[in-house]
Amino acid sequence: MVDVPFDTVAGVPPAEVGEVELYHPRSWWTRYVFSQDAKIIAIQYSITAMSIGMVALVLSWLMRLQLGFPGTFSFIDPNQYLQFITMHGMIMVIYLLTALFLGGFGNYLIPLMVGARDMVFPYVNMLSYWVYLLAVMVLVSTFFVPGGPTGAGWTLYPPQAILSGTPGQDWGIVLMLASLILFIIGFTMGGLNYVVTVLQARTRGMTLMRLPLTVWGIFTATVMALLAFPALFVASVMLLLDRLLGTSFFMPTLVEMGTLTKYGGGSPILFQHLFWFFGHPEVYIVALPAFGIISDLISVHARKNIFGYRMMVWAIVAIGALSFVVWAHHMYVSGMHPYFGFFFATTTLIIAIPTAIKVYNWVLTLWRGDIHLTIPMLFALAFIITFVNGGLTGLFLGNVVVDVPLSDTMFVVAHFHMVMGIAPIMAVFGGIYHWYPKVTGRMLNEVLGRFHFWVSFLGAYAIFFPMHYLGLLGMPRRYHDIGETAFVPASAHDLNAFMSVAALIVGFAQLVFLFNLIWSLLKGKEAGGNPWGAASLEWQTPETPPGHGNWGKELPIVHRWAYDYSVPGAARDFVAQNEPPAGLSAQGSHA
Amino acid sequence: MSAIILFMAGIAAIAGWWLSQQRLTAKPWLEEGLIVDLREQSTSSLPPAKIGLGVFLAVVGSLFALFISAYSMRMNLVDWRTLPVPVLLWFNTGVLVLSSVALQWAYMAARRDDIDVTSVGLCAGGAFAITFLVGQLLAWRQLSAAGYFLASNPANSFFYLITAVHGLHLMGGLVALGRTTAKVLRGAEASQIRLSVELCTIYWHFLLVVWLVLLGLLTGWTDNFVDICRQLLS
Repeated sequence: MVDVPFDTVAGVPPAEVGEVELYHPRSWWTRYVFSQDAKIIAIQYSITAMSIGMVALVLSWLMRLQLGFPGTFSFIDPNQYLQFITMHGMIMVIYLLTALFLGGFGNYLIPLMVGARDMVFPYVNMLSYWVYLLAVMVLVSTFFVPGGPTGAGWTLYPPQAILSGTPGQDWGIVLMLASLILFIIGFTMGGLNYVVTVLQARTRGMTLMRLPLTVWGIFTATVMALLAFPALFVASVMLLLDRLLGTSFFMPTLVEMGTLTKYGGGSPILFQHLFWFFGHPEVYIVALPAFGIISDLISVHARKNIFGYRMMVWAIVAIGALSFVVWAHHMYVSGMHPYFGFFFATTTLIIAIPTAIKVYNWVLTLWRGDIHLTIPMLFALAFIITFVNGGLTGLFLGNVVVDVPLSDTMFVVAHFHMVMGIAPIMAVFGGIYHWYPKVTGRMLNEVLGRFHFWVSFLGAYAIFFPMHYLGLLGMPRRYHDIGETAFVPASAHDLNAFMSVAALIVGFAQLVFLFNLIWSLLKGKEAGGNPWGAASLEWQTPETPPGHGNWGKELPIVHRWAYDYSVPGAARDFVAQNEPPAGLSAQGSHA
Repeated sequence: MSAIILFMAGIAAIAGWWLSQQRLTAKPWLEEGLIVDLREQSTSSLPPAKIGLGVFLAVVGSLFALFISAYSMRMNLVDWRTLPVPVLLWFNTGVLVLSSVALQWAYMAARRDDIDVTSVGLCAGGAFAITFLVGQLLAWRQLSAAGYFLASNPANSFFYLITAVHGLHLMGGLVALGRTTAKVLRGAEASQIRLSVELCTIYWHFLLVVWLVLLGLLTGWTDNFVDICRQLLS
């Protein structure tokens, strides 16, 4: 190893942070409700996101009941079916995954992993959560307004999104757009915090190239989200004006229910451009934090340093940049010029290169590692398999000639559920099983956890593997009832029923997971400070759960990267990031 | 979408330049001990609030670049009827320039620890900004009195929308400016409010630049400029 001379410490700012700089709660309300502590905000974000996620889960049950057993459930009519798919999609993508990865994991892990006491703008951070909660409440309110939530599909394409044939045309679409606008405002407040904290609040010795990959993933995803969400904001504001004030940004001249509408000349394609300029980076906004989390889980639970750390960082940055020039691959059937299609197909396929680098590096990290099949590791392995599966079907859909016949079929649904549904959720679960002991001081129950993993993993494949086949048959998405169709054999209906039963079982497993979260909080095994023997900084806090200000009197000093596992000659099979080099006095380390 | 792509290319260039300074080719697995962070050598003088404002300006820039992209795409459709730009906008532009100049004056005074001039500059900047907003409202009224309503043509819709979004950002800035001015009037030292004044000034200059770009777009000058560039390139 190259020892960096220790006298370089001269010139760095003092480690001790004046207590006046830290926010201090003065009452129960400001400690647990209107808290400015990033850890509490993270828990608030996570609980809200998982709660609204449960709503989306129930909606998916209802959808699957209809698809698996059409005609059996009279309370699910075509309009409701469309409302269910719309709300399921929007909630899962934005209000669950984005909020949980960035607001939940980001808030908890960034300050701890970079060695900061808190986020740099705690008050704005608190506001971010409350605006997010307001956005969620506005969204939920659409279930109770006249006409119910919008049924426009999660892409909210005009003109149908605001025409009277679409359910939720009165209130649903208006509140949905208002909720999205609120979400983006709230996220921007949080996002500024995450970025500036990573840039400015890292502790001494924590260079960018010593950051755990989780922080790299969340940081890059946040930068992307800050730049991409304005596109959804612009699209939402303009669609809202079309709906409420009769402008024609997106609305063409058309006849509605036999009468000519007031609209004219607008471009629905313009909406698609704006939507997907946000929508494609959004895929990586949820994928990059997952990549980071998985890298850390694999390294810790295989007791091996991450393979190709530099390449991993470069790949994260490259994926982030490339994801802004591929958006129109969602629009191959919109009548675009073939040369544009060629361009976007090429950029889409180029993203496979940095992504493949990451997958190779995960596999090579596992190679000859001391693999512990703990629950986080199981979820990490499931993530890799699922992401590769979803990525491979992405190669199909990225090619124009293959995409055109598969467009709007169940194949697309299966693809994006694999790549940005199941895979990121596997990372979320892996992350929760991994960091729950740090958050609560207790381990999650092992038996319930393994049950949860195997049912979720196998069940997800039971749902989405056959769905590819249905898509190849040509079964369209967003259909309430496929009916008797020549190209869909009777066996396909049996397959649909099978998938629906699997979906119900997988949903049940999530209830077990929620039970485990609560039960283990009360009765779980005491975890200690570092149950996994992890090297990164968040496991080295003086208290578990970390106290207010995270680090006690002095901030930690970082002496190495976060992946020193199985180091030959070391006393333990890991060397913590803040452990001074051999031979350095303890006093020196606090200079 | 060329405006937003150009904007993103600019952001990517800045990000690339910044990353190139961050030792991304380091081999962290070989380095042990305390490395002096480059951040501490080069940018430690930048307070988090200033970095935060920079990131926020990138977000706002992205927002306006997207509006401009949408404007350029929509204006190529057949129903577009460019609306006459009210003369009042030129007056408003002048007022906004004065507002920016006043804040710059306040900032320079704050650096000299001259709190009296700072407070005058802040108040003048705020007053000019409010005048600008009132002027924008009057321009709206003139247009609607002349029959250019929000929904009657997409050019009108964009005019009202873009000016409203710009005005809202200025109003947000006025909140921050009001808080800073209140601190000064309550007797704060120049050193205590120097950073706040600087942040307000940066934000004002940014919104002035955005307004000048938007004005070029709304008056059609940007089109002429793009056409000239195209001719030069071809």
